[in-house]
Order: sequence, then structure tokens, then C-alpha cells
Amino acid sequence: MGAALATVWTLARKDLLLELRSRDIVLAIIVFGLLMITIFTFAIELTPSRSKDVGPGVLWAAVAFAGVLGLNRSFAMESEGDTLDGLMLTPVSRELIFFGKVLGNFIFITIAQIVIFPVFEALFNISVLQIETIVIALLASIGFSAVGTAFAAVSVRVRSREIMLPLLFLPTSVPLIMAAIESTSIVVNGGSWSDFSDWLQLAIAFDVIFVIASAVLFQFVLEE
Amino acid sequence: MTTPTQQAPEVQTKGVLALIEVTRVEKSFGNAAVLRGLDMTVRDGEVVAIFGANGVGKSTLLRVLATLTRPDHGSISVYGSDLSKQAEDARLSLGAVLHSPMLYGDLTVKENLTFFGKMFRVPDLDERVLALASRMGVTQRLDQRVRELSHGYQKRAALARALLHRPRVLLLDEAETGLDDPARVILDGVISEHRASGHAVVMTTHSIERGIEESDRVMVLSGGRIALDQPSSQVTSNDVTGLYTDSSDG
Repeated sequence: MGAALATVWTLARKDLLLELRSRDIVLAIIVFGLLMITIFTFAIELTPSRSKDVGPGVLWAAVAFAGVLGLNRSFAMESEGDTLDGLMLTPVSRELIFFGKVLGNFIFITIAQIVIFPVFEALFNISVLQIETIVIALLASIGFSAVGTAFAAVSVRVRSREIMLPLLFLPTSVPLIMAAIESTSIVVNGGSWSDFSDWLQLAIAFDVIFVIASAVLFQFVLEE
Repeated sequence: MTTPTQQAPEVQTKGVLALIEVTRVEKSFGNAAVLRGLDMTVRDGEVVAIFGANGVGKSTLLRVLATLTRPDHGSISVYGSDLSKQAEDARLSLGAVLHSPMLYGDLTVKENLTFFGKMFRVPDLDERVLALASRMGVTQRLDQRVRELSHGYQKRAALARALLHRPRVLLLDEAETGLDDPARVILDGVISEHRASGHAVVMTTHSIERGIEESDRVMVLSGGRIALDQPSSQVTSNDVTGLYTDSSDG
């Protein structure tokens, strides 16, 4: 188990080092996410009640759509030098490669959320920096990373990968996006854990199912 | 979930230590059948040169042997490990240099070798990286990013990556392409050392004379099968090119 975790960390650490050098992924997620949020602040006349009504939807749409950009990029960097083949030549199981990529993507999305959430809070004037929303954000990041990693692996071998990934990722992630929006909406309107426990359970169930399903899909996708 | 083990099992097949056994392997891409019931065996200490016309399936064969592409039918074993069931064990015995270097452009040569070394759980990794860098003539470039290197130096670094875990089978897909003379000398040395230490090399090349000279056995791939399998001493370049025409037609 320790060896498996070390391998997953080695893979994720490599992605973090690459990102530190290129700054392609996190920057893309942050810029696109902030742009979406900013555009909505101009498009909607924000009153306190309207902010609470539409804010959670805007926040999670921004995170999901911006996340697609980053996920696309995270696999593009593996295809550029055929390094995915290099990974596949190692005696590491495809599941561990998958979990290494998921961990890297989870960290990228989480870092982007750390920047996006405070800006969102300032622009929409609603408090999302609470323990409840942080838990929701972490659950969303796990699901986005798992589904996104598997579908990015599917998309990376096709010519129109920039189009393919959102077409696969966004419809599949709808239950998770809905759970995140509804939970956040309840939290910003003063609800407690028990008020959104159903949505929280949906998010947890989504993560468990799709982490396992994505890991299985990933193995088959890698060997075409 | 499995993690790498240190050594793959050895198997004695019919009195000869068979490194690779390929049996009736088929591989198609869409409607195009590339490998059609291909059989081949590679033994210990043997250098096998595979020739064939463009598009005949040489690279596909090497990708199948490297476990990068799953065959549609047939079986392959490497040191007794069935690739369909024990691919992770088999990969411990395989090192490959294919068309692209399979290195991260934004990482330095040292970071790349260290990363792949960790994936293979190479013991004494730092020493191994330095020794291979010296062997491949990239010591001065260890701290340079791979994308800043010339194609030739990228190939040298790729060769170092392939040798990190001391593989018993080296798969070389036109590895000499883009190499200057000093780098070719290094490559030739690696092939000779591999043979001398009882390990095997399976190489594809378009340089027929060089391939025949370097190898112990020559195979020509044509029509999705091995059309010629002879000791190199009994093969001329005309024998090889004659089958090129056939494969192009077929």
C-alpha cells in the first residue's frame, strides 16, 4: 500500500513540477473561471437576494467550465512528447497512473478554487468561505478530477479533443454540479448540514461510483 | 492494484531460454489488418533486426511487444510472463526506444531519468542516472530541459531512460534515426553489451546493411507475417529488399 501511494505521489509530483514550469493549467482555470464570474456580475443586476439565488449556479458553472480547460491541458502535455507511452512502459498498473493523474488534477482544481472563491465572494457579496462549502468544493474537485482524467484520456487520442472533452465531461458531471449548486445555495441562505445532507450524499455517491468507473475506463482507454 | 516487483521470472522453453514468444498475433486498425497471425521467437543473447516496407507493421509489432498496444488475437510471453495477464511483470524486462523520446520537455534530463527510475523502482537511482548519463554522453546536459536539446541528444536521453532498469529485452524502433556518428557508436556499443550480457535486442531499421551487420538474426515482415527468418550471416540485402516489394504489393 505504501509503495502504491509513493508511486501515485511520484506521478502527481511530476505533474506539479511540470505545472510549476509551464503554469498552463492552473492559470487557465483561474483566468477562465474569474472571467465567467466577472461577466455575470455585469450581466446580472446583483441585489443581495438575487446574488444568493444565482450566485451558486454561476460559481459552479465557472468552476466546471474552467476545469475542462485545465483537464484538457493536463493530458495534452502527456501526448506532446508521447510521454503517455513512456508511462505505459513502466511496470506500474494503469490504476496507479490514473490515480496519480487524478491527484495532480485534484490539486490544480483545488488551487484554482482557492483563488476563485474569494473573488466570487467579493463580487457577489455572499459568504462561500465556510466549512460547508469547502467540503462541497473538495467533493466536487474529486469528482471533476476523476471523471475529467478518464475522459481526457479518451479525448487525447482524437483530433478534436478540445470539443470532445467538454461533450463527455459536462453531461456526465451534471449530478455533481447540481449537488454542488444546491448545497452551496442552501449554505449561503443560512441552511445547516442536515438541510443539504441529501445533496451531500449525492456528491459522495457520485465520487465513489465515478472514481471506480473512471479507473476501469482509464485502463481500457490507454490501450486504445 | 499492483506495484512493480524487482525481477521477472525466467522460463526455460524447449531447452532454450526464450525471452519473447509471439504466437499467432493479429492486430487491425479499423478494416486494415496489420499483423495477421504473426509468430516469432527471440532468444537469450540474440540481436534480431526486423525489416519491412513502410506501413508493413514494424512499429505496431514493437508497440505490441512493448505492451503499448493490445493485440486483437494471439499470445505473447516475455520471460514467461503472459502479456495479457502479467504485463506489469513483463515490463520489468522490457526497455524501449520508439520514434519519440517519451521524455517530458519541461523537465531536465536528470528529472526525467529520476522520475522514470522511481517508476521502475531502480535501486541506487542517483548513481544509476549519473552512470547512464556518462555512458550516453549527456552528463553536461543533465540539468538542461529536454525541449532545449537537439534531436540527437533527446535520443541519447531516451536510450538512457530505456536502460535505467537494466532491461533484458531492448526494443529499438529506428533508434539510429537522427543520431550523429558518435551517438551511433554509443548505440552500437549498447547493442553489443546487451548481447554480450546474454540479453536480447529487437530492432527495426531502414538501414539494411547496418541492420544485417548488427544483428544475429534477420526477420522481414511482409503481409502481416514474418516472411523471412534467417541468421544474418545467410542473408543479403537483396533478400530483404526483394520481400519489400512483395509487402508493398500486398
